Amino acid sequence: MDMHRQTLTELCAGLDKGDFTSVELTQTLLDRVAAQDEKLNAFITVTSTEALAAAASADKARAAGNIGALNGLPIVHKDIFCTEGIKTTCGSKMLDNFISPYNATVVQKMADAGAVILGKSNMDEFAMGSSNETSFFGPVRNPWNLECSPGGSSGGSAASVAARLAPAATGTDTGGSIRQPAALTGTVGLKPTYGRVSRYGMIAFASSLDQAGMITRSAEDAARMLGVMAGFDERDSTSIDQAVPDYLAGIGESIKGLRVGVVRQHSDEGLEERTGARAKDAIAVLESMGATTVEVDLPNIDLSVPTYYVVAPAECSSNLSRFDGVRFGHRAENAEDLLDLYCRSRGEGFGDEVKRRIMTGAYVLSAGYYDAYYIKAQQVRQLIADDFKKAFADVDLIAGPTAPSPAFKLGDKVDDPIQMYLNDIYTIGANLAGLPAMSVPCGFVDDMPVGLHLVGPHFGEEMLLRCGHQYQQETDWHIACPEAFK
Amino acid sequence: MSLDKEQVQHIAMLARLNLSDEEYAESVEKLSKIVDFVDQLSAVDTTDVVPMAHPVDAAQRLRPDDVTATNDRDHYQQNAPEVVDGLYLVPKVLE
Repeated sequence: MDMHRQTLTELCAGLDKGDFTSVELTQTLLDRVAAQDEKLNAFITVTSTEALAAAASADKARAAGNIGALNGLPIVHKDIFCTEGIKTTCGSKMLDNFISPYNATVVQKMADAGAVILGKSNMDEFAMGSSNETSFFGPVRNPWNLECSPGGSSGGSAASVAARLAPAATGTDTGGSIRQPAALTGTVGLKPTYGRVSRYGMIAFASSLDQAGMITRSAEDAARMLGVMAGFDERDSTSIDQAVPDYLAGIGESIKGLRVGVVRQHSDEGLEERTGARAKDAIAVLESMGATTVEVDLPNIDLSVPTYYVVAPAECSSNLSRFDGVRFGHRAENAEDLLDLYCRSRGEGFGDEVKRRIMTGAYVLSAGYYDAYYIKAQQVRQLIADDFKKAFADVDLIAGPTAPSPAFKLGDKVDDPIQMYLNDIYTIGANLAGLPAMSVPCGFVDDMPVGLHLVGPHFGEEMLLRCGHQYQQETDWHIACPEAFK
Repeated sequence: MSLDKEQVQHIAMLARLNLSDEEYAESVEKLSKIVDFVDQLSAVDTTDVVPMAHPVDAAQRLRPDDVTATNDRDHYQQNAPEVVDGLYLVPKVLE
């Protein structure tokens, strides 16, 4: 099979057998990016020179017997991860000139494991968006239909994996930013437990919700990547000090007896009927494999979107106060005084959606409103987390649709923030409660892919990956490739 | 509209954001919609609920106060818009 159509696992075997070298593989994919990305706009930066150099050293290391878990495998990093010596923009004009002086922990760990970076992927500005349309570098297009959005905020990562420009990509997920684009592009997206993967060097949006993960073509590949990315990092104060299991070890085991929860309260208002039906079909497949379904109660789940839109903007407004036009990033010219420098640098450097979220955050944190909004939201957040905890006493995971519909047309929702926010209605709960969650492709609606969403208890990644992998042994939705990118 | 232009101007100043007249008009409309949307939380009974502090219930980790990183000022300042002799330049603050 052509190299570009192979999964990480298959490529790894090919490199092991000597079917091709990492340099050959890397060059093949770089050629594809050069030929195809004009249509997609999935990349902000392509790092050809660095990639070929890294591939050459991976080949040398392999010859010497030093074979890291990702040795010689080309991947893409979302442009939210700091990469030393390489432009790191976070999709913003604010950081259009920022060359990171250091590597994010995730980037460093993957480099240590031998991964080759093809480039940095396009994204919603500061990861704030669900359609990739807020990027300063223009929207990414969906490989399944170029008039549609690939979802967001990790839209470039999802599109590059779906279009076979890269076998895998990193992403980040604050409210669904890995899983929703994975669903909309027919790829696998995993958001690990909060604290499982280091946030060091990952440009902060909402620190109590942000978590790094990956977009791949199979659950097995996600397991391979998570093993490298996960682990305690003393440089991230919320990193959890817990041993990293071998995620590949158990994925071959049967899911017989697995208890799958289906949420009784998820309002189906806004759920496109066939998208919901595909998720039900997928749950039926799990049942046919020996899983049992149980109805579970999440009485407060419909409050997750308004809760998120208090907590996330509040944290965003604090995090983004670092952009002052003084130490790094965009600086306005001819400032009259320091205040003018701050206000104009930020006014010019941030796009509309980022400004909107900063202002929402400033409002809910301002004197007289803090208790009514921020404290209230953190209380409701606790109620939502408690609901999940109770549900996980009866079930091993919770399943449903990832997004309420297949990919929408670019421009369709851009003028209505609330409509855009409601895209994440099924995914946000996992972020609020810090739970691991994954989207796997489960079929098509009008020739556009849709996803099955699986949520697990804290540190339940092994079980999610096993369920996803077993599902992919029975189905072939994840193998489907957009016609134009075969 | 739950917010008026004056309130939005106050918020923009708190957030240190310079907005154009057009942006103000749009912000009044869209921020009002967002505030109305999140206002549904006020109807939830949260008596005696402790606000969440950490999603995985972990406590803040402490470490000994040792010097762990070396000064790498010149390297980091390569991204600074304006520096002289290792100092960041800003418009005059004192007369």
